[in-house]
Formats: sequence, C-alpha cells, structure tokens
Amino acid sequence: MKYLLVEDNLELADAVASRIRLDGHTVDHAAKIAEASAFVDTGDYDLILLDIMLPDGDGRSFLKQHRARKNLTPVIVLTARSQVSDRISLLDLGADDYLTKPFDHAELQARCRAVLRRNAGSAQSAQTIGDVEFDAVSGLLNVNGNCINLRNRELRLLELLIGSKGQVFSKQKLVDRLFSYDDDVSENAIEVYIGRLRKHIEGSNVQIVTLRGLGYRLDYDG
Amino acid sequence: MADVNVSGSLRRRLALILTGGAALLAVILFLVVRALAAQVAQQGQDNILNASMASVLDTAVIREGRVTLDFPYSSLSMLNTAADDRVFYAIHEGATLLSGYDWLVPQSGLSAGDAYFETTSFNGDQVRVATGVRILTGTDGPRTVSVSIAQTQDALSDTLNAISRNIVLLGLGFFMLVSALAIWAASTTSGQMHRLTTSVTRRGPQDLSPVTQPVPSEMAPLVGSLNRLMSRLDHTLAQSEDFIAEAAHRIRTPLATVRSHAEATLQRVEQVENRKSLQAMVRAIDESSRAAGQLLDHAMVTFRAENLEMSQVDLADLLRDLGQSMSPVAEMKDISITMEIDGPATLQGDAILLQNALRNLIDNALKYAPVETGVTVRISKAARLSVSIIDEGQGFASDEIQTLSGRFVRGKDMDNKVGSGLGLTIAHEVAIAHGGEMILTNTAEGGACVTLYL
Repeated sequence: MKYLLVEDNLELADAVASRIRLDGHTVDHAAKIAEASAFVDTGDYDLILLDIMLPDGDGRSFLKQHRARKNLTPVIVLTARSQVSDRISLLDLGADDYLTKPFDHAELQARCRAVLRRNAGSAQSAQTIGDVEFDAVSGLLNVNGNCINLRNRELRLLELLIGSKGQVFSKQKLVDRLFSYDDDVSENAIEVYIGRLRKHIEGSNVQIVTLRGLGYRLDYDG
Repeated sequence: MADVNVSGSLRRRLALILTGGAALLAVILFLVVRALAAQVAQQGQDNILNASMASVLDTAVIREGRVTLDFPYSSLSMLNTAADDRVFYAIHEGATLLSGYDWLVPQSGLSAGDAYFETTSFNGDQVRVATGVRILTGTDGPRTVSVSIAQTQDALSDTLNAISRNIVLLGLGFFMLVSALAIWAASTTSGQMHRLTTSVTRRGPQDLSPVTQPVPSEMAPLVGSLNRLMSRLDHTLAQSEDFIAEAAHRIRTPLATVRSHAEATLQRVEQVENRKSLQAMVRAIDESSRAAGQLLDHAMVTFRAENLEMSQVDLADLLRDLGQSMSPVAEMKDISITMEIDGPATLQGDAILLQNALRNLIDNALKYAPVETGVTVRISKAARLSVSIIDEGQGFASDEIQTLSGRFVRGKDMDNKVGSGLGLTIAHEVAIAHGGEMILTNTAEGGACVTLYL
C-alpha cells in the first residue's frame, strides 16, 4: 500500500510514518497543502491521511478540492478537534473516516483497512505464498481452493507473518504490533491465534514454525 | 422570558389612545353638529317670527290721531307648529301697551326698520321674541310703534331632540368604526413585532445570523441593534470555538507525537521495566485525551440540553451510520455488532445529542465486551421508543447499577480500561433532555444492557 501523510508536525509525521513503514507500507510525507496537492498530482496513492490544521490553510479545503477533482483516493482525517459537529462536517466534506489525535495505531490500521475494503478494487491486495492465496483487505484466505473468511486478529497476524517471511517474531513483538494497549492481550492469546491459523493453512505448503524460546516464523516449501 | 421588565402593552396603549381619541372626536362632533342644528332651527323660527312681526307692523297706521293695527290672519297662522306652540304678542306705542300681553316689554332704544330677537321665559317656558319698531308720522309728530311677537319653543326643542338623537347614533357609529380601526391598527402594528419575535424565537441555538426579513422603519433601529448584538455574539462564539480548536490542536498534536513515539519505541524495547513505563505512558495519554474529549462532549450536551435543536430524527439511520463508523474498532476485537432494527424509528429530537449519547454507549460496550463476542443494538417500538445496547461482558455489579450514571463514576472492576466515567452520564443527560430516561440492567446471560427510553 502507498500512503500519503499530510501533517505539519514533523515529529508526529515521523513517528506515524515509521510505524506505517513497519507494517510494510510506503509513505510519502507532505507538510503543507501545496506539497500534498503536488504529491497527489504525481503519485498514485491508496490512502491519504490528512491533518486539518496546516500552515498554508485548512485541510478541509484540500479535501473539498480533492473531491471536486473527482479523485477517488480515500481520505482519513486526523483531527485534533473532537467536537461532534466537526466530525459530521468532515464526513459531509467527503472524508471517508476520521480519527481524533492522539490515536491508537491499531485503530488507525483498522480504520485504514475498513476504508480500503469499502473502496475495494482500487488496491491490489491479494498475495500468493506457496499454495496459499491471501487478501489482507477482504480477509479472504484461499487454501487449495478452500475459501475461508479470517477473523480480524487472525488476518492481521497472518498479514504480519507473510509481510516478513522468514523473520522470527517473539510473542511480545506480535502483541505490540497487533493489539491496542487498551486491549490488555496476554501473550497466551497469541498462541490461540497461531493455533487457529495453523488449522486454516493445514494441507498447504505454508507453515508457521515455533522456535522454542524465540517465537514464530512463517515458512513455505518451494 | 420571566426576567423581562414589562411596562404595559404597546398594543393596549395604542388601542387605548386611538379609541380615547375616537370618543373625544365623537363628543366634539356631537356638540358641534348640535350647536349648528340649534342655530339653523333658531334661524328658521326667527325668520317666521320676523315675517309675522313685520306683517303686523306693516298694518300700523295713524287713523284719526290714533295708532291702529290690523292683524292679518296669516300673521298668526304662519306660526302654527306641530307642537302647538303658544304665540304671544304685544303692541306698544312708546312705552304704552296698546294691545297684547303686558309681560312682553320691548327693549327701549330700538331703531326703526330692524328686527330684534331675544330669548326670554314666560311661566317657566322658554319663548323667542321678535320685536320690530316703526315710526309713524302723524299730525302731532312722529310716533313710535313697536310690535313684539313671541312663540314658545316646544317644536324647536322637539326638532333639536330628534336631531340630537340622530347625532348620538351617528357619533356612536363613528366611535365604533374608529375603535374597530384602532384595534386593527394596534394589532397589525404589534403583529409586526410579534412576527419578528417568532422569527427570533424559532431559531436554533446555533443560528446567530442577522434578521433579514423586512421590518417597518420604526423597528429598524431595534432590529439593527439586535443584529449587531448577534454578530458580536457570533464573533465571540467563533473566537472561543477557534480558541478551543486551537487549544485542542496545540495539546493533542504533541500528545499524539508522544504516543506515536512511545508506541514505536515499544517495538524495539525488550526490557520489561522500560516496556511497563512506556505502556503506562501510552495509557495515560489515552486517558487524558479521552477525558478531554468526553468533557467537551459533556459540556456540549449540557449546553444543548437547554436549547434542543429539534428535528425529525430516524434512529435506525443514525444507528446504522454509527455502527459503520464504529465497526473498525469492533473488528479490532473481533466483536460483531448486530443491528436489530426493523424499519425506520423516527422521533423529534436533537440529532447531534442522540448521536453523541449512542456513540458513547456503543463505545462503552465495545470497550468492556470480551474478544470475539457480540454487541447488539436493538430498537424497540413498543409502548415507548427505546434503544438498547447489549454486550456479552460481565455486566454491571448489582450494587453499582443505581450510581453508575452519576458524573465521573466508574465501575470498580474495570480491568484497567481507559475511561473517564462520563460516557453513561452523557447518555443519561441526553435521555433526560428528551423527556426519557436511561435504565441499566444485566441480561440473563450476565451481559450489560443499557436502554435509552426516548
């Protein structure tokens, strides 16, 4: 996925962008509306994350322009304003969703996913590993022609493992990457999800390997 | 409106002045017309008296040294009236009564050829007297003959009374017509103000636009001041809104930076103590931002609850939209939101308040419900329209059910969930503002069920 992050606070932009990159996506960063417009004109983005208060204007005017140009790239607004009337006016202006700062990265991911799913077709999200076909946006897993609809947490776990094939993830790392800190997920829960995923991909040439004391790794033959 | 210092009614004052004026005019009309009628009637009587007097006086001659007069028959018959007025006469030569009634004494010093009229009384009756003087030249010098003809005024006063009655009717009619006009004028004038009042009263709490409907020029200064006041208020509100937005921006953006950095750092840090403090940091940030958001929401609810912006709201639509916007959060915990809604459920209410209350309730349910369970949103259209948000969590502690909707009260067993304790308060106050209530129960399976009766 290719993201455009429009945010004038460099510190925040940096932190958010590096977190998105960690999930295996590409991020371009614009600090002003003018820059953002230039990026949108030249690049083909899957999703735009837009701040509202920008040094050269209001993010809402960018949003209006963006929609007026019939640009269909979905926009999620990152706003510091939390009033209900603001939320409603943002959606009226054509934002696909909004998120109030400070935000939970897991929630940002979830909202991005939901928005991308609603705008499905624009993004190439299906990947094939061995004889497993996996669509991270729709959550569909196809193993030897057997189609399974993954639950959200299973889907994110699989996405993470597939995204970094061959890399070993400790349980702790998986908890950090997958869950909101509000969720209080124990590391044991990871075992449950790993167990389910193994069941789903049973019979394929893809395996989730346990490395005792280290964590898990996705392997496939061929 | 109870604290307005009221000094009488403009409409009543206007009506009173106009009807009072009309009454005064009617009285003046009556007096003037009556006086004119009396004058005309008197003139008529005087003319006849004069003719009668002249016809008698014309017959005065000196015959054989004596003054003689010959009463023409017509001189008295012309004085016949419908009211049988009595007629008196007196003929004097100088001061000597020649014939007639001795109480009719002509004034002295009258000049010949003129007729003199006076009103006097006889036996309590009012009589009108016409007197004429002629000087006859006899052999022994000029002799002055005066003739006075008097007539009672019964017919005249009858006529006058008849005329008066008609004028009274005319005056009353005039008064009533003008009074009706006065009331109409007063109510159209106050109607203008009433229309202005209604147009200002009917505005929503957010509407501070100037009054644009045309008003009479007398009201223009008032409306002008009102518009200026509203634009100042609008400006102040906009400023304070900008201020809040700016403050929120200044506070939330660095918080977001800290949070994102803490999260990013957590990915790298292995040491348990460091991880604990980073997690505590993230939690504290979430708590403060959530509290700030809910405090703003609560302030907004308190403000709007006093000035509800009523419109036709379809709860079904509203809940479906909410469900869609909350579904990513639900998905994070693999919670399915089930909407048990059939058909539209419309009510008169404040859409923004209802949306806020229901969002807080669904948010709560998602927060406290365990992973991979369901949250049910149900509209019931039984005796009262109600919305229930039901989760499959641990439910409310039975001893806390009564107190939980109070401000800043949170349940004890909250599993370290981030919350400010305002969510239920907000929903509760919104329900009350709509004349309803919020009821907390636990389901048979033990989950929490919050029902808003609206």
